[in-house]
Amino acid sequence: MELTRRKALMLGAGATALAFMPSMPATAAVEDAIAEFTGGADVGEGDITLTTPEIAENGNTVPVSVDAPGAVSIAIFAAGNPSHDVVTFNFGPLAASHSASTRMRLAGTQDVIAIAKMSDGSFVRAANQVKVTIGGCGG
Amino acid sequence: MAKGVKPRVKVPKSVSAGETITIKTLISHKMESGQRKDKEGNLIPRSIINRFTCEFNGETVIDVNLEPAISTNPYFEFEAKVPEAGDFKFTWYDDDGSVYEETKSIAVN
Repeated sequence: MELTRRKALMLGAGATALAFMPSMPATAAVEDAIAEFTGGADVGEGDITLTTPEIAENGNTVPVSVDAPGAVSIAIFAAGNPSHDVVTFNFGPLAASHSASTRMRLAGTQDVIAIAKMSDGSFVRAANQVKVTIGGCGG
Repeated sequence: MAKGVKPRVKVPKSVSAGETITIKTLISHKMESGQRKDKEGNLIPRSIINRFTCEFNGETVIDVNLEPAISTNPYFEFEAKVPEAGDFKFTWYDDDGSVYEETKSIAVN
């Protein structure tokens, strides 16, 4: 095969595309992080609402809010971040609602997972995908 | 102590007893994640606020564990019950051992 200028350019473009491919989310690792929070207990579906934007232009500040009536604590995980833990809210006796909002960093398009620990010791989860235009982990 | 750390908290001045209020807090902090590199390619060490608590007259409202994935200038919004007049005490714990505190008094009508 003769290496023409056109072919060389195409090869180059292909290699660049490969280099910029986002690394696949390590789903196994995020399950480990979740198991650490739940202690390996089963996680069901239930009364938990996770609100995230569908598309985040800037991964440096992505607004996120969770609401889980009857929860003792809620943890948020980011499946595609270098470190999966994001935040844990522990509610005290004077918390009027078991909901909270904050802003988080996302390295790229990925799933955001919220796990709530209910007062009876069970766990429920909710997950949303967030599309990120510009990642928020430096690099 | 990290430079330029300034807590800001929004709490109503007065409520009726037993009412629910929304509290918004923000603290200026760079929240260096420990993932970024400087111009020479050296990792910039992690420096974040790792815990935030809100108490009302000694009783916990919320206790938050922060990880490096929380954005610069950590912001929180949550709801609290106000059974009586008293003080909300907000505390932020820095990685370097510094503790930043803010107190807001609230009156009951």
